[in-house]
Amino acid sequence: MKNRGWLFVIPALAVLAISAFIPLMTVINYSLHYIFAGSTPTFVGFENYVEVLRDSVFLQALVRQLVFSLGILAVEVPLGICIALCLPKRGPGVAVCLVLLGIPLLIPFNVVGIIARVLTQSAVGVIPEFFALFNYSFNVSKDPVDAFMTIFLLDVWHWTPLVALLCYAGLQAIPDAYYQAARIDGASAWKTFRYVTLPKLRSVLIIGVLLRFMDSFKIYAEPLLLTGGGPGDATTFLSLHVARKAESYQLGYAGASSFIYLFIVIVFSYIFFQLMTHIGKGETK
Amino acid sequence: MRKRTVLLIIYLLVLFFPIYWMINTSLKTDNEILKELTLIPKDLTFKNYAEIFTSELWRSSFMNSIIYVCLNVIISLIAAIPAAYAFSRWKFRGSHHLFFWLLTNRMAPAAVFMVPFTELYYTLQIYDTHLAVALAHCLFNIPLAIWILEGFMSGIPREIDETALIDGYSFPRFFGKIFFPLIAPGVGVAAFFCFTFSWIELILAKALTVTNAKPVVVTLTVGIGAEGVRWGLLAAAGVLTMVPGAIVVYFVRNYIAKGFALGRV
Repeated sequence: MKNRGWLFVIPALAVLAISAFIPLMTVINYSLHYIFAGSTPTFVGFENYVEVLRDSVFLQALVRQLVFSLGILAVEVPLGICIALCLPKRGPGVAVCLVLLGIPLLIPFNVVGIIARVLTQSAVGVIPEFFALFNYSFNVSKDPVDAFMTIFLLDVWHWTPLVALLCYAGLQAIPDAYYQAARIDGASAWKTFRYVTLPKLRSVLIIGVLLRFMDSFKIYAEPLLLTGGGPGDATTFLSLHVARKAESYQLGYAGASSFIYLFIVIVFSYIFFQLMTHIGKGETK
Repeated sequence: MRKRTVLLIIYLLVLFFPIYWMINTSLKTDNEILKELTLIPKDLTFKNYAEIFTSELWRSSFMNSIIYVCLNVIISLIAAIPAAYAFSRWKFRGSHHLFFWLLTNRMAPAAVFMVPFTELYYTLQIYDTHLAVALAHCLFNIPLAIWILEGFMSGIPREIDETALIDGYSFPRFFGKIFFPLIAPGVGVAAFFCFTFSWIELILAKALTVTNAKPVVVTLTVGIGAEGVRWGLLAAAGVLTMVPGAIVVYFVRNYIAKGFALGRV
């Protein structure tokens, strides 16, 4: 009786066996072999892992990825909360705002890349023209900083609405009585936010932070379309690097690096999960 | 209150500027795009759209995308609803670990899974079909759907289940007649997110299709990087890829608003 839960989980597990478990096992299998097109794979133990961890391109991509992921969290989360606070609480404006915020989320990644290309084209794009007003020559295909910032802002543009929508949902769940109590106690706006709103947003913020962190690690199409990971390696993020290796059939290397990559994401997500759960608990007590 | 409205409007303007720019580009002639910077198209043209609508390639890729995305939403929901119910109602052996394991699937790098997926689906003989892409997208959509639905279901008191069962409802009838209507907003929200993430996914959709099920996101990438990119055409196709999503948002907007009002996402 106690384990009837498993019965209900079977359909999900069955689908995930095909679409998650078997591929993951295959990846691990690749990572332990030396694979060369046409020949039989030879077992090499952890050699691929050693090679990946010694590869400076991989390590640079990893650092770049971490800077990027933590950076977008630092921008998107506070901005998302601010926008959620600005949204109307009720009335006809609500549905309109929700739909408007939802639209950017529905733009395919590669269309985002195309938008970026259109906006940053040298000579006739809006952004280079704008910077030209300040005598700054903005060029994504030459300047690594420009390229990195373009991808960064693109991600902020594309995904802040998701954080805002999640936070808005969290805000709606806070009963008015809490705010009335805070007002009666004479709490300032900041204190009300800090001690009433923020703790109540904890659960949605956990979802938001984890979702954005995991997904930002998967960033692929935008840098690929904007500059193909360049100039140099300025926008070569982890999945771009791994995909390149997989596409050139260096499956052993690709398998090992993706396992390391998965491990890092899981460890970080677990730390975030634990931290946010505990900080939140301290506050509500 | 006023200040907030102003800030919100400014944000929405910034948010929609890139989208406006794409629509703007899609209505220009290729000549105008490459020669000068104009805020409003000088020679308004619908040639780019006409080209897409008359092209068999574009039409079939739009259809392919819609088919596999819908298939994916259906599979994801069918698999996720019972699982979410189990997680929200019972603590069973290993349920905690299982829940975390489910979430880790969302983190799996699609870029790496494409080779195993290709091999696996060749073996199953479903490579280059809509089903292949739909199943592959379950990798990240089932965990998400379970996550969202579990939140909604936990918000519904257990007493409702118990009362219904005491009143003599069989489990399937209770689920269909009482429980499902209660979580309908949640299902709407989950369906919306599954639709979104499946619609915009590129890597797996690209790796798993050749011609029969080639989605619009892949058709879009073709020709980029080559000399003489047709910006107007690409922009028009980009605008069109937003349309199905906008329609879905329109239909589920009340569910989403209700779901958000429940405070469960």
